[in-house]
Amino acid sequence: MVDNDSNDGGQDYVAAQPDISLWSTKSGYGDARSGMDWLTFLQGKYADGHWALTVDVDEFFVYPFCDTRPMRALADWLDASEVRSFGAMLLDMYPKGPVSQAVYEKGQNPFDLASWFDAGNYVISRNELMRNLWIQGGPRARAFFADKPKTAPALNKIPFVKWSRQYAYVSSTHMILPRGLNLVYDQQGGEKTSGLLLHAKFLNTFGARAAQEAVRGQHYGDGREYQTYAEQNGADPDLWCNWSEKYINWRQLEVLGLMSKGNWA
Amino acid sequence: MTLGVVMLVHTALDRAAQAIRHWGAGGCPVVVHVDHKVDDARYSAFVAALADVKHIRFSKRFRCEWGTWGIVVASQAASTVMLAEFPDVRHVYLASGACLPLRPIAELRDYLDARPDSDFIESATTADVPWTVGGLDEERFVLRFPFSWKNRRRLFDRYVKIQMAVGFKRKIPAGLEPHMGSQWWCLTRRTLGAILNDPNRPVYDRYFRKVWIPDESYYQTLVRLHSNWIESRSLTLSKFDFQGKPHVFYDDHLELLRRSDCFVARKIWPQADLLYRAFPRTERATSTPNTATIDRIFTHAVIRRTRGRPGLYMQSCYPHMDRENGFTATPYSVLQGFDDIMPDFTAWLSRQASAEVHGHLYASDRAHFAGGEGVFRGGQSDSAKLRDYNGKTFLTDLIWNGRTHYQCFQFGPKDTQDISWMIAKDTNALISVVTGAWAIPLFRSGRAMRHVRKEAARLQQIEYKQLKILRSPYARARIHICSLSEFVAAPVDALQLIVDQIARYRGVAITELPAMADLTGFGEFLQDLKNQGMHPFLTGDFPIVKLPTSPAVKARKPYVAHGK
Repeated sequence: MVDNDSNDGGQDYVAAQPDISLWSTKSGYGDARSGMDWLTFLQGKYADGHWALTVDVDEFFVYPFCDTRPMRALADWLDASEVRSFGAMLLDMYPKGPVSQAVYEKGQNPFDLASWFDAGNYVISRNELMRNLWIQGGPRARAFFADKPKTAPALNKIPFVKWSRQYAYVSSTHMILPRGLNLVYDQQGGEKTSGLLLHAKFLNTFGARAAQEAVRGQHYGDGREYQTYAEQNGADPDLWCNWSEKYINWRQLEVLGLMSKGNWA
Repeated sequence: MTLGVVMLVHTALDRAAQAIRHWGAGGCPVVVHVDHKVDDARYSAFVAALADVKHIRFSKRFRCEWGTWGIVVASQAASTVMLAEFPDVRHVYLASGACLPLRPIAELRDYLDARPDSDFIESATTADVPWTVGGLDEERFVLRFPFSWKNRRRLFDRYVKIQMAVGFKRKIPAGLEPHMGSQWWCLTRRTLGAILNDPNRPVYDRYFRKVWIPDESYYQTLVRLHSNWIESRSLTLSKFDFQGKPHVFYDDHLELLRRSDCFVARKIWPQADLLYRAFPRTERATSTPNTATIDRIFTHAVIRRTRGRPGLYMQSCYPHMDRENGFTATPYSVLQGFDDIMPDFTAWLSRQASAEVHGHLYASDRAHFAGGEGVFRGGQSDSAKLRDYNGKTFLTDLIWNGRTHYQCFQFGPKDTQDISWMIAKDTNALISVVTGAWAIPLFRSGRAMRHVRKEAARLQQIEYKQLKILRSPYARARIHICSLSEFVAAPVDALQLIVDQIARYRGVAITELPAMADLTGFGEFLQDLKNQGMHPFLTGDFPIVKLPTSPAVKARKPYVAHGK
């Protein structure tokens, strides 16, 4: 885990865990390609030949059978299937009502508050250069980017990779090199196995963070995304709508077509 | 001691040891072959850990790579030891370290005692049964395979192609008819002994050494020469996916395995602690194996991987346009022109048919969802910009999200035309068009003729282009086109067709027609357009004379003559 100058006590918490190695840095997140430089270095050094899951602190990994099978089962199965990378789209979760009302307490499951999501408003196109899919949509696109859909944040992610020293993420975990690793999707009409990263972004902490990041400008495109949030609704949106789905479990996400079991049974 | 187990072990030695103890406790002698790749230290530790198991032998170790002759040699060596050292054994069961007995071993023994002469081995001719991996059926018996399929796939494929191109064929030894099947068998001492002691064995071995994946064909073929009674099925439950790799069982398969009543299952995930604790179960039963449920689940998984869900585009399924498994999830209707003629059409249709009837989803101002909602199913926004950012996905998403309801939407030349080709090619689309209907709103708008003329020309051009698409040889949708004048002459026919299509066969007969726009003076309006040089040819012909709005009432003759 890399701690980028946090001030919420997270560092102390992590330091007390027996199974976490902690690195710290006070440098700018943006200057290190959204922190990817730090992680790529660590992965090259320690994760060569191992399955590596790369996530932000607000991303929660969901994969088929995650309630009954540990991640090692997934890794073993992917190994046996000769698959090197595993896709997990970012799924923005949000509360019912203004996000400022979803007051998160330390230790709480964030999805007790932000338990809703958009089931079917995602647009996909193929990036011919890198061969990855470019996915946009969800509540962020409809609430913040209706006027400039092209700039809506990318949701495609490839966070789980059988790492090799030669690999490198290109932009966050959206794309990876070599390009073959980006083919986490089937092109003949079948479905490859995939998961989701539940995104615990829309809690009461969102407004302050949006304002702060907009000024700091460390994020992708100098924090353009955060400037958009800050401009709108004073960054206190109500993303909930009549058709929002309430999260139950991975099977629900699978039936809705957001992720797939593929041929893992 | 009527049943002996020959076990091939290459990984997860601790689980293999556990399985060996299960067999041993059930009174079965076990001969273990450990892959040569396992290093000596681990091997010695493994042997030492099993020192307390009574009837156990370790056979000479060979290198076993997937799909190679080594696996057959290993099983031959271990079987020879089994037959020589345990004379009481009547049936020999070939198992792997990842096999787990599910039922009490005594039950398996009873089962075999009741069938003392049966050889349980899946054995099918290549001519009759297509095998999946690599697509090589008959070829695996007549070509040479010097290159590894796992590590040097390209070379493997190229060499196969070359041999097939030049017509190379190995000679199959006389008397052999190639058969294939699961590599896990249970053979009688008589049959197994006959295979191992066959005077022709050197010839057969030399031949099979070069066959591709001989462990799935060596015994399966030779058993046909020696067996008195072949039960062509494996007693080991083992399912393969489309890559030819065995499905793995996890803790959550516990109930499934319990209900299958199979004797042995593979492969078990080495960390499936619950399964290793629960099996073999101790309570006895007399049921026979039934794998229908397991089979259904695994077949379903393979279909999900190879065929997917039609009409779903997602992060791990993004087919090429021409290869995909149907553009959209379910049938839907595209209705063009009707709401121009009958302003109340959308509301009328939702009363008439059980369907979700949208307005103009591709209108320039916004997507007019059924009920006028701003956000619809799945969280789709009515923003025109978001929609037009990827118009095709907007439709595939809408149909997927609403797949439990029949979806209809209005379309027309005023709308964004991005989906014209897609719906024309989509076999799920039912497209009904009344051509030239766009003229009616123009007629009723009362705007100055020069504006109307320009707009009419524009709409006609767009619709004409669209009709060319609908009439192209690539159009696969069910398409019904009529002109405005044809429709006005017989509106019920066209409307009934729409209602029937939504009902899939024969819908409710239409009793109530939606109110039609007043067309008084429409003929003159069209003539006026023509006079301005803009010929509205898509509307069809309308008479110039004023259409009678209601039958003329003749003055009645007076019954009483009055006056003089």
